[in-house]
Amino acid sequence: MNEIFTLHVNGEDREVRDSWLGENLLDVLRDRLGLMGAKGACEQGECGSCSVLVDDELVCSCLVMAASATGQAITTVEGVAPVGAPSDVQQAFVDAGAVQCGFCTPGLIMAVHDLLDRSPEPGDTEIREELAGNVCRCTGYGRIIDAVQQVAVARRSAGGELGAST
Amino acid sequence: MSVIDQTTTTTPRHGALGTSPTRPDGVEKVQGTYAFSSDISADGCLFGVTLRSPHPYARILSIDLSAAWKIDGVQAIVTADDVPGQLTYGLISQDQPVFASDVVRYVGEPVAALAADDPEVARRGMEAIVVEYEVLTPLLDADEAISGMRDPIHPDGNVIRHQRIVHGDAAATGDVVIEGTYEIGMQDQAFLGLEAALALPDSGGKGIELHVATQWLHEDRHQIAACLGFDEENVRLVLGGVGGAFGAREDISLQVHCCLLALRVSRPVRMAYSRGESFLGHVHRHPASIWMRHHATADGEIVKIESKMVFDGGAYASTSSAVLINAITLAQGPYRCPNAVVDGWAVRTNHLPCGAMRGFGAVQACFAYESQMDKLAAACGIDPFDIRLRNAMTTGDTLITGQPVLNVAPVEECLRATSALPLPDEPVGGLLLPDGSQDAMKLPGGAGRTADAADVVRGIGWGVSIKNLMYSEAFDDYATARCRLVDSPDGVHVHLKFATSEVGQGFVTLAPQIARTVLGIDAVVIDPIDTQVGSAGSTSASRQTWMSGGAVNKACGVVRDLVFEQVAAANGWDATGLFIDGTDIVDPTSGSRLDAAAACSGLNIDETVEYRHPPTTEIDENGQGNPHTAFAFVAHRAVVDVDPDLGLVKVVQIATAQDVGRALNPLSVVGQIEGGIAQGLGLAVMEEIIQVDGVIRNGNFTDYLLPTFLDMPPVLATLIEQPDPLAPLGAKGVGEPPCISSTPAVVAAIRDALAQAGVDAALDRVPVRPADICL
Repeated sequence: MNEIFTLHVNGEDREVRDSWLGENLLDVLRDRLGLMGAKGACEQGECGSCSVLVDDELVCSCLVMAASATGQAITTVEGVAPVGAPSDVQQAFVDAGAVQCGFCTPGLIMAVHDLLDRSPEPGDTEIREELAGNVCRCTGYGRIIDAVQQVAVARRSAGGELGAST
Repeated sequence: MSVIDQTTTTTPRHGALGTSPTRPDGVEKVQGTYAFSSDISADGCLFGVTLRSPHPYARILSIDLSAAWKIDGVQAIVTADDVPGQLTYGLISQDQPVFASDVVRYVGEPVAALAADDPEVARRGMEAIVVEYEVLTPLLDADEAISGMRDPIHPDGNVIRHQRIVHGDAAATGDVVIEGTYEIGMQDQAFLGLEAALALPDSGGKGIELHVATQWLHEDRHQIAACLGFDEENVRLVLGGVGGAFGAREDISLQVHCCLLALRVSRPVRMAYSRGESFLGHVHRHPASIWMRHHATADGEIVKIESKMVFDGGAYASTSSAVLINAITLAQGPYRCPNAVVDGWAVRTNHLPCGAMRGFGAVQACFAYESQMDKLAAACGIDPFDIRLRNAMTTGDTLITGQPVLNVAPVEECLRATSALPLPDEPVGGLLLPDGSQDAMKLPGGAGRTADAADVVRGIGWGVSIKNLMYSEAFDDYATARCRLVDSPDGVHVHLKFATSEVGQGFVTLAPQIARTVLGIDAVVIDPIDTQVGSAGSTSASRQTWMSGGAVNKACGVVRDLVFEQVAAANGWDATGLFIDGTDIVDPTSGSRLDAAAACSGLNIDETVEYRHPPTTEIDENGQGNPHTAFAFVAHRAVVDVDPDLGLVKVVQIATAQDVGRALNPLSVVGQIEGGIAQGLGLAVMEEIIQVDGVIRNGNFTDYLLPTFLDMPPVLATLIEQPDPLAPLGAKGVGEPPCISSTPAVVAAIRDALAQAGVDAALDRVPVRPADICL
């Protein structure tokens, strides 16, 4: 049974026409809306590659029924920053060597933005605990932690400068 | 032209060799716009699925497709009857059917493939195929496979390879004799980017283009073309974005199936495995059983090793014979050993097929010989660090095959540099929280809050290893690269073309660094990675920096020399004296300098070269010969906290010093080291594919445990940079060593902790499970 419904993705209303009822948000984003940024790697919420924000909550989109997300604000990695103008977290991943194969990266970008929005200066254990739902098989996580810390430091100093000038 | 009175630059400019420029694909990857093979589709594309055997060993009595054909939307079904060319494929021997026709030999073996308009329709169609089986008694015991008591489960027999090594005095004995039997479980590569491909048939059906994530485009093409009955030039492969590999993409998985379906319907077909299917669809790290005995002098000098190694290759050969040779020829580890008697078997069973995984045989051997080194240390009353130092190999020492180790062999330096790294500054159980309470996340068991800090014991363990680099045993191992100069509105660009699979390791970062250094031109473009140039060989065996790096270096060198000739002729210089300094061409006689990119404007130069490493040899019936190309070394020191009562382990720190030759991109080297150690830690305490009666029981990420942020400790790494004169850029491959001796180091640290707690646990098997510690 197909239903037509509307999802609010990255600030735009997107009509979903050919989805089957019960299709998960990951498949709808990728196969129906052409947003290929979220990745599927385990189909059971273990790896975090499909992480997106739904009403500012970090979720595994493979575990969310797409039709249940109507009326909620969905943010995918494509909504983080314009193409060619990466966010501070995205740029830090590139600069710190946090990207190898890159398959886990879009999910981690979402998780790190979410972490730093909630906790601007996370300690090492907090970073590890908060990101433990995102599996990376290439990096051993060291450079990712470095990237997170670089952003936290940069944001603090930027905030400090801003504070001094006002 | 300007004449600059300036000395030669000594610090490499950013982007050249020795610096760490960012990945050229980095921004696409962080923004989600990088196209992995699972992201690629085409207009009018069908979706293909694979029907797989539910039995480890059974005879196929009939396959009934009639119900599947009745499902609206099913467009193509192919079985063994539809394979137009060679019916089997394989990397070393072609013993694996494209589709099983008479017998299935493992749970998950492909029997048919089906394409439909939609993935769900395809799955329904697949479920409607009726296969009647006569279930046979599976062969699941490796020793039984060797015994000859069982009828062959495959026409090629139950022993894939047996090889013996006899070196020196086989009868030699030592004052101290210690032995053990060690087991290594089956590990999965668990790359995150699942198998996926898109096949685009040529109109007329005489050729096909396949976009696929693979480690070796040309070998895939070779096997695909044979099975399709096509000439190789009619099969074009394009590298789809690769989401990790670690050995699992060295063999064919869905390639032939996808092409067959697409050719059958003359439409594009894409296939994409699920995680559960991926566990069945690619080869794994061999489970192995290794008996080993060391003879040594009373003061701990190794006199002889004896070993029997049995590798369970599963149903098909894949690279089992080469994995076995790595294991037995490296059985001595990075230590001098004058005498040896080693027997190795790679056998066929009805388990999942095994083949390449990072470390490739060296991993299994290392767990055995490093466990033995600790036993030897204890028996001789010597510290585990000192016994390794006492036996450490150096350049000129020989392997038990009689092959001299001609590379730099800084085993002692690796050990000493690792030892010099600081131990963790946090106490057992970690620092207390500000409120004075214990931080559960710092204890074994973590958020489970199960361990009692008072019971936790800290241990330290060592692991050191040797890894052969590149391909062995007389294999014609080469890589191809093309370099050309292209004028563009914003200056001359260097275009590099190669078929080297970028799987995440960063060759796309390194290749431009080489070109910038050799040619002095910063603008480097990498052309599409496909089969429109000669083979690069596989992205495996830690070989691409050496091999494809060697080819790119050689191609750029040829181009540079042609540039020098033309520039010299135009300026009245002697071409033989010219050199590149930074971005300048320098004539030392006149002291003149030219901007290299400007000097290349208008030059039409396009060169393709092959790079080969020196030939290796077969080994004889006693395992003697020079089978390997080069060697790299590494030391690991692990610190772990253990709760002996609960069998819980927290790895607190890994320190390492690795023989890298020369760090061409230090940040990438660190990434390989940390990532490899994570996989070594996984094998030590977490990762194992469980099969019961030939059926996988944990083929998903809920039950197959991968190290997370919380499982990985900080890594302290020192790079031992002794440029290897035998390596084209002085650099050794760095991908595999990190995951080899990190595993035994972690296990040794657990044993050390348990010894302090008065617990005697052999821990002769990896992964170490809680019950191995506390029961």
